[in-house]
Amino acid sequence: MTDRLYEGADWDFPTLQRIHDACEEIAEKELGLNVYPNQIEVITAEQMLDAYSSVGMPLYYKHWSFGKQFAHQEASYRKGLMGLAYEIVINSSPCISYLMEENTATMQTLVIAHAAFGHNHFFKNNYLFKQWTDADGILDYLDFAKGYVAQCEERHGRAAVEQTLDAAHALMSHGVDRYPGKKSLDLRAEEKRARERRTHKEAAFNDLWRTVPTGPSKSASALSTERRRALLGLPQENLLYFLEKSAPRLKTWQRELIRIVRHISQYFYPQGQTKVMNEGTATYVHYRIMNRLHQNGQITDGNFLEFLQSHTNVVFQPNYDDRRFSGFNPYALGFAMMQDIEKIVTDPTDEDRAWFPDIAGKGDAMAVLRDIWANYRDESFISQFLSPRLMRHMRMFHLHDDPAVSEGIRVDAIHDERGYRRVRRALARQYDVGLIDANIEVVDVDLAGDRRLMLRHAVLNGALLNEPDAKRVLQHLADLWSYDVSLAEVDASGLVLKEHVAHPRVMAAAA
Amino acid sequence: MAMHIVDRRLNPSSKSLENRQRFLRRAKALVQGAVKKASQDRDIKDVLEGGEVSIPLDGMNEPRFHREGGVRDRVLPGNVKFVEGDYLQRPQSKSGRSNDAGEGDGEDAFRFVLSRDEFVDIFLDDLELPDLSKRKLAEVENEGLRRAGYTTSGSPANISVSRTVRLAMARRVALQRPRPETIAQLEAELEHCGDEARPELLAEIERLKSKMRRIPFIDPIDIRFRRFETMPKPVAQAVMFCLMDVSGSMSEHMKDLAKRFYMLLYVFLTRRYRKVEIVFIRHTDRAEEVDEQTFFHGPASGGTLVSSALQAMHEIVQSRYRPADWNIYAAQASDGDNSYADGDLSGRLLKDMILPVTQFFAYLEVGEAGSHPFEMSESSLWTLYQRLRAEGAPLSMRKVNDRSEIFPVFHDLFQRRQAKEKVAP
Repeated sequence: MTDRLYEGADWDFPTLQRIHDACEEIAEKELGLNVYPNQIEVITAEQMLDAYSSVGMPLYYKHWSFGKQFAHQEASYRKGLMGLAYEIVINSSPCISYLMEENTATMQTLVIAHAAFGHNHFFKNNYLFKQWTDADGILDYLDFAKGYVAQCEERHGRAAVEQTLDAAHALMSHGVDRYPGKKSLDLRAEEKRARERRTHKEAAFNDLWRTVPTGPSKSASALSTERRRALLGLPQENLLYFLEKSAPRLKTWQRELIRIVRHISQYFYPQGQTKVMNEGTATYVHYRIMNRLHQNGQITDGNFLEFLQSHTNVVFQPNYDDRRFSGFNPYALGFAMMQDIEKIVTDPTDEDRAWFPDIAGKGDAMAVLRDIWANYRDESFISQFLSPRLMRHMRMFHLHDDPAVSEGIRVDAIHDERGYRRVRRALARQYDVGLIDANIEVVDVDLAGDRRLMLRHAVLNGALLNEPDAKRVLQHLADLWSYDVSLAEVDASGLVLKEHVAHPRVMAAAA
Repeated sequence: MAMHIVDRRLNPSSKSLENRQRFLRRAKALVQGAVKKASQDRDIKDVLEGGEVSIPLDGMNEPRFHREGGVRDRVLPGNVKFVEGDYLQRPQSKSGRSNDAGEGDGEDAFRFVLSRDEFVDIFLDDLELPDLSKRKLAEVENEGLRRAGYTTSGSPANISVSRTVRLAMARRVALQRPRPETIAQLEAELEHCGDEARPELLAEIERLKSKMRRIPFIDPIDIRFRRFETMPKPVAQAVMFCLMDVSGSMSEHMKDLAKRFYMLLYVFLTRRYRKVEIVFIRHTDRAEEVDEQTFFHGPASGGTLVSSALQAMHEIVQSRYRPADWNIYAAQASDGDNSYADGDLSGRLLKDMILPVTQFFAYLEVGEAGSHPFEMSESSLWTLYQRLRAEGAPLSMRKVNDRSEIFPVFHDLFQRRQAKEKVAP
């Protein structure tokens, strides 16, 4: 049992296998994790940069924006501004983790424990991922998407495809279903259906847009507002879905491209909502595994010190007035909360018992944590499990910046008895998806008139859209819609604060 | 549970290359502008080094809906001095870092690194030098030797042994020359055989031996010599002479114009030749060879004698750059002043010494920005060179007053040269 997994910094493939098996033993027996099968891929630094520019996915369709990303990252990497991540892990089954060949054996152990077990378990068990992503199908679907885009470029020209993708990318953040619908995503079937659908759609046409008059009975007013909105599925917050289904003049292939962007956007949707939890889980898991390996004598004291140094860097949280500060470090916050919960469950104080009666002193930390990992996302996780102790430890405070108040920014609450609940609520809201993205939905279409598409932005706390960018996005939207598009920014009382209008340009595809 | 390890290190690594090219293509105009700007601040030789350029994000940005302003709530770590109800001064800058919108926010320029090749391609592309003119640029050709098959006559030093032996063998096989082993075998048999077979064997051996003598191992007709033929070989190195008048009448603006021109010529030549050297000769009434820094920035004063520079160039060519081995290019920049008495000498030097050995000689007359060339009277140097040209000397000359004219003039110069070559036999 006390055999060393490796000596020094060097490793080879049998070493990786031994490391994986040792980690697996601890992960399953001691932590009770339930993971997808692992696939570990060894890559070079350059390949890591490559992977960065396509959001970590091993395959992706071609688009200039990924090239831009790559150029930018390469520049910062070469200047030494940015270190490369130690690992990238993909939510797929089998779960793919990339290891960089430059890493030492200790780093590889850390990465395997972190990604191949921590993230992997989270992907497989968290309800958001279960609900929204199809880990079995994603790689095949991306392969299909890549091929489909390439095929479209051949058939319809690169410019037209690029224009459609640009527009779809601009709307990507508003191309997700925020609430679970009837169907769960099945990407394999999606891919299979794609070809059938294309032929079917080419034959079918949308009755709504029929221009040939069929008889005297149907007048414009006959189509009541209610009926019209029902037919179009309004209001609709998934702009990409709405365009795909209802934009009158899109070609079938354009609808399919929009659909691809929408599916990929949906696939990444849970990751944005679980950053703190996901990284917290993975960091907690690697910390437990590395400690156990060290206790078992499977890694040396020197290896363990090397691990601790990396670990400390990863969970470093600069203070708000530090030059390095750029918000909460999800690794730091997540890890601190996991450890805190462990303490509450195993060794609670009176304060813990008062705040967390359900879990305090229950004894089995892993059972509680596994349950939390499966059933929460960042917002609910923080609003329920951020403890006063941790708020004190991280010295959190809540700032309220109301431009109407001339005195400046008000310190609304600090880490004291009066402030705990408010600080916690405010921090949880910071991770609320409903509040992170602007709430924009399609409200109506002027079917009788100029077919103008009407959108509404429900303004929250007086925060309006950044105007230049909003104009550009609307322009893309209008290009896809092919008629005018208007966006009204409306506050809670129904008052219109601002209105934007965009007119379609001639799309390359329409020519 | 089953675990797979896949070694991806040997996979093609430049998966992003295509995306990168798409990006560059899309940002072409912006990148060209950036390259032009980046090349302004560089020394001539560094122009080719590639490197970081930054382009405005505008046009390359990927817009998203994001919000700004309004009432903001934020939780931060690290409070040491605030209590509830305190007020903080708002930071002065309008766009604080508190906005967690996507990339591009607050970042007005996009920086990335171009490789050397990408940089030069874009740089030359910007010149709009047609490929045709690049290819037809005359180059001095040198005689070189090249293997050209085999011949039946030649010097013994060039005998091709392998070819000769091969032919000899073919001939021996074709004529069925007996093998020495066969004879040796027969002779061995002879020792042991009975008397009745002996005469037959002896006759056979004798027959074979005489056939062997008649068919020699190597015949003169087998002998082949390696053949060489002479062929023109391009000279792969070039030297570029930069001559500049640095007398007091040359302003910084004029020097800048000259520098730009030299820069273009240098880039152009490096694309063409493997090795390019630069010689800087500055002159007032005396000429001296200097380094680049002194050339463009070193102070100097005095009169103007163009012949001194031409003489210096001639001497350097004589001592260091044999015209047979080097392609010699020269570009002279001046405001056109020259002392009147120097005209004849300069003309003679140029015509008899310089032009015969140079590949290309360009004269660039630089003027102050905004002045109209046609309003000025012709300068003394311009008049002199024009006369030489009228007499048939292969000189290229242009006037430049403004930065923006450099590219077109450069382009124009090379086109004209091509046209002239067609006319001249």
